[in-house]
Amino acid sequence: MTHARTLETNNDRLNGELALSGQERRNLLYWMRLTRTLDDQLVALWKQGRGVGGTFNQKGHEAISVGTGAALHPADVVAPIHRDLGCYLIRGMTPRRIVANQLGRVTGVTQGRDANLHGCGDPALGIIGFISHIPQSVSTALGAAMSFTYRGEKRAAMTYLGDGGTTTGVFHEVLNMAAVTAAPLVVVVENNQYAYSTPLRQSMAGDNIAARSEALGVPAQIADGNDLEEIYRCAVIALDRARAGGGPSLIEAKTMRMLGHAIHDGAEYVPPELLAEWEAKDPIARYERKLLEAGIADRAYLEAVARNCREVADDAIRFAEASDWPDPATVQQGVFA
Amino acid sequence: MSDRDGNFGFAESDAPAGGTAGGEMTYLEAISDGLRTEMRRDPDVFVMGEDIGGDFGGAFKITKGFESEFGPRRVINTPLCEQTFVGAANGMALMGLRPVVEMQFADFISTGFDAIVHYAASNFYRWRAPIPWVIRAPSDGGIRSGPFHSTNPEAWFVHTPGLKVVAPATPADAKGLLISAIRDDNPVIYFEAKNLYRSIRGPTPAGEYAVPLGSARVAREGTEASVIAYGAQVHQALTAAGELDGEVSVEVVDLRTLKPLDTETVLASVRKTGRALVVHSATRLAGVGAEVAALIADEAFHYLDAPVERLGGLDIPVPFSPPLEDAYRPDAAKITAALRRLAAF
Repeated sequence: MTHARTLETNNDRLNGELALSGQERRNLLYWMRLTRTLDDQLVALWKQGRGVGGTFNQKGHEAISVGTGAALHPADVVAPIHRDLGCYLIRGMTPRRIVANQLGRVTGVTQGRDANLHGCGDPALGIIGFISHIPQSVSTALGAAMSFTYRGEKRAAMTYLGDGGTTTGVFHEVLNMAAVTAAPLVVVVENNQYAYSTPLRQSMAGDNIAARSEALGVPAQIADGNDLEEIYRCAVIALDRARAGGGPSLIEAKTMRMLGHAIHDGAEYVPPELLAEWEAKDPIARYERKLLEAGIADRAYLEAVARNCREVADDAIRFAEASDWPDPATVQQGVFA
Repeated sequence: MSDRDGNFGFAESDAPAGGTAGGEMTYLEAISDGLRTEMRRDPDVFVMGEDIGGDFGGAFKITKGFESEFGPRRVINTPLCEQTFVGAANGMALMGLRPVVEMQFADFISTGFDAIVHYAASNFYRWRAPIPWVIRAPSDGGIRSGPFHSTNPEAWFVHTPGLKVVAPATPADAKGLLISAIRDDNPVIYFEAKNLYRSIRGPTPAGEYAVPLGSARVAREGTEASVIAYGAQVHQALTAAGELDGEVSVEVVDLRTLKPLDTETVLASVRKTGRALVVHSATRLAGVGAEVAALIADEAFHYLDAPVERLGGLDIPVPFSPPLEDAYRPDAAKITAALRRLAAF
């Protein structure tokens, strides 16, 4: 069995300039802004001592989670992780349910059973929940992809992991098995330079995770993880290829985790000059400039979007804080289906 | 990880009978028959594992002939990657399929641990999506296969919330419990005793014969002592009970399902006999038998005429050489001696 080693596509939408309409571009900006605002407000909530347990930061990852999430078709299935808030949102998981989950309330996605974005799966939305052993999502998504092959359905499965997850054995095993089975799987690597406190150079030799993917028979694209439309384009190509029977592929999106691993982590181990370098490449500011320059949005529009996102975030927090705690009498319910 | 040459010294049998007509079957044939029955009934049921496809049909030939009947789509021969194909089974089960995963040996299940004990076991509790798979795990020793082809790791999984665990002892139960496990909406680990594959035969019902999970069986009735066992040790207990015929009246309870445990059948037997011996091949320390003994102490203490006894493997890796392995394992002679001690208390 051989597979094409390049990701050429005949998809008309992708010939030449990516054919996104002005409205589609404004929508993508909205999802990135909502992701950022919700994340900012959650960070603020935790700093005020109103959080429960921990929470993870999204800053720097918005273009990846929104760009890839926007490329999914409704029938596709996605297994996002803890830095993919934008994907959950664009897939239809409401900020209310998400924040309620973060605060351990009964109105949260897991009804208080799992923390922050962990376990925020919803079959109705085509979202598979993750566990802390991040690369487990990759093997689970492989299975979802194999189920589409099994049933002869033209659907794709997409999942995510960080540079840290790619040093595990299961990552390599999954790519190998995905290549052997030609599974309609798209793996998005969010290479954000740090696995918790460990810099990439201490995690792997060489520069590109994509090279490992190619070596295992899974073609890869390297993308600027802070360029929304580049990420979107890569994901459309990879998903189209998967649905058309072209097999698995990988996207290595290079970005920078702009805050700590989680809320408790000040990330003092990251050199300030590295953060400054990436701050200048902020995915949202960059996309706003692009839309302004193209005349697709003006300042007033951007401000209205920001205000609207803040209202949505504040509403979600109010909803979550007013929600009931789960009843301890239910603690043993639902272990078995 | 996988031994690809030879079949580990086990005598090769003919391919399992093609139909599901029932009748006398070996334990191995009964497993194949149950699997074939469900695959014929439900197009969402499929098998996945190492070396299970083609004409080879698996290290123990459980799936011999399956690929020619069901095709490679439903008989998925995998690379050596337990953690990945168990993870893939999680994903396929989430999409509504019913994977039956073959571990080549139960010993290799540790390689898939995260996907089982963290992902699959907790999933329904966390976000209400069922994971209806079965992992078949050929376990147990006594067949001179050394530390990595002889173990009984069931306690790990009984100790994990969200998993069901079964361990059949007879061909009929091997078929009936497998069918129920496949139809169950939860992850079920099915420990088959590979030392029983071709060593026992028994009547096996035809067609869709299901034995409910969570139901123990009184394998032999008695009045003076109860042996509570599962898997291969049920047969050792029955041999011991036969040897003591006329001396001690021994009841043998075959647990069949380790989780959920049929506590009522265990307690009813012990309340009747007043003496309890719990036996398994797995290491005695913190084994399933410890929980059964604690159950009896909690719920039937006032019925006991003697302290509960337990027999299990020693707290050592399973040794290879016959005299060493025999010293490690419970057997009929050790069970007989323990029952005499109990009766004399």
